[in-house]
Amino acid sequence: MSLTVFALLPTAGGDGGGFVSPGTGDFWWPLIGGDSNFTFTRPALVLLLSVGAIGWFYLSTTRKLSVVPSKRQWMAEQGYNFVRNTIARDIIGSKDFLQFLPLLFTLFSLILVNNVFGIIPFIQYPTMSRVGFPMVLTLIVYLTYHVTAVRRKHGVLKYLASLVPPGLPLWLRPILFVLEFLTYFIIRPVTLALRLFGNMLAGHLMLLVFIVGGEYLLLHTGSIFLGASGVLSFAFAIFMSFFELLIEFLQAFIFTLLAALYISDAVSEHH
Amino acid sequence: MTGSIAYLGYGLAAIGPGIGVGLIFAAYINGVARQPEARGMLQTIAFTGMAITEALAILGLVFAFVFKG
Repeated sequence: MSLTVFALLPTAGGDGGGFVSPGTGDFWWPLIGGDSNFTFTRPALVLLLSVGAIGWFYLSTTRKLSVVPSKRQWMAEQGYNFVRNTIARDIIGSKDFLQFLPLLFTLFSLILVNNVFGIIPFIQYPTMSRVGFPMVLTLIVYLTYHVTAVRRKHGVLKYLASLVPPGLPLWLRPILFVLEFLTYFIIRPVTLALRLFGNMLAGHLMLLVFIVGGEYLLLHTGSIFLGASGVLSFAFAIFMSFFELLIEFLQAFIFTLLAALYISDAVSEHH
Repeated sequence: MTGSIAYLGYGLAAIGPGIGVGLIFAAYINGVARQPEARGMLQTIAFTGMAITEALAILGLVFAFVFKG
């Protein structure tokens, strides 16, 4: 599909400047404040909207709880049970998971709703495709698992010492310490933030390529064959939107799962 | 021909993690098919492995943007 789009573009004369392929610049949407570091942007608006939507949904579904749940109460309970049982309890363990459950459930709801906003008509902006948003979420997880580990292991030095697994030969310990230190303090937070960011950016960019390219082929080339391939490009974009829905759910799940995994490393006795 | 070779490089860099993630989930499906009750435990291991393998592809994506010009 993408091959046909790109292979035919140079020959498609078009009117005016030709096809401009979408890039990362298309994700910059200032609303208030112009081009500065303190601009109020479209993802910020989407984030506020999602916070309002999540708050309204959970407050309205849990205000009047009943033993035989209504349809909406059942939906809220399913979401909560999924995070509680599948992610938090199975990974952190039944002894410690309750105190981290609010954080994990908030992360899951927020990321899921913001990701799904990427394909909901008229909103159509995955907030997490701007790297600042996943960075803040990761910072919260990062502080949580380090502070927990320092508390559980009685001090910073003991925590650092516990990074190396016991029972290794003496010459291996410094090498492994450097590796484990890099893993815990640099690789884990960087990949946690960039995984969410990269998946959302790449997925939305792919939809943009097929929709913008399809529009160009259909309206600006003036050839029946290229117009038909533009329609095909639109059809593929619709198909990819459903694929995106799967990715969006999966990324929210993986982010929460990994946050729980890092916390479980912090609360466990060994290692 | 003009353009940035960084994107080509990212395409090449994604081959390895792609194969790796495929192997991990092949093993996971195999494991669940043989022992359905071990699904919960295998799921955690599979996603942890995927996270580590996928980190390479993610670093590649970042470097593609860093070195594109």
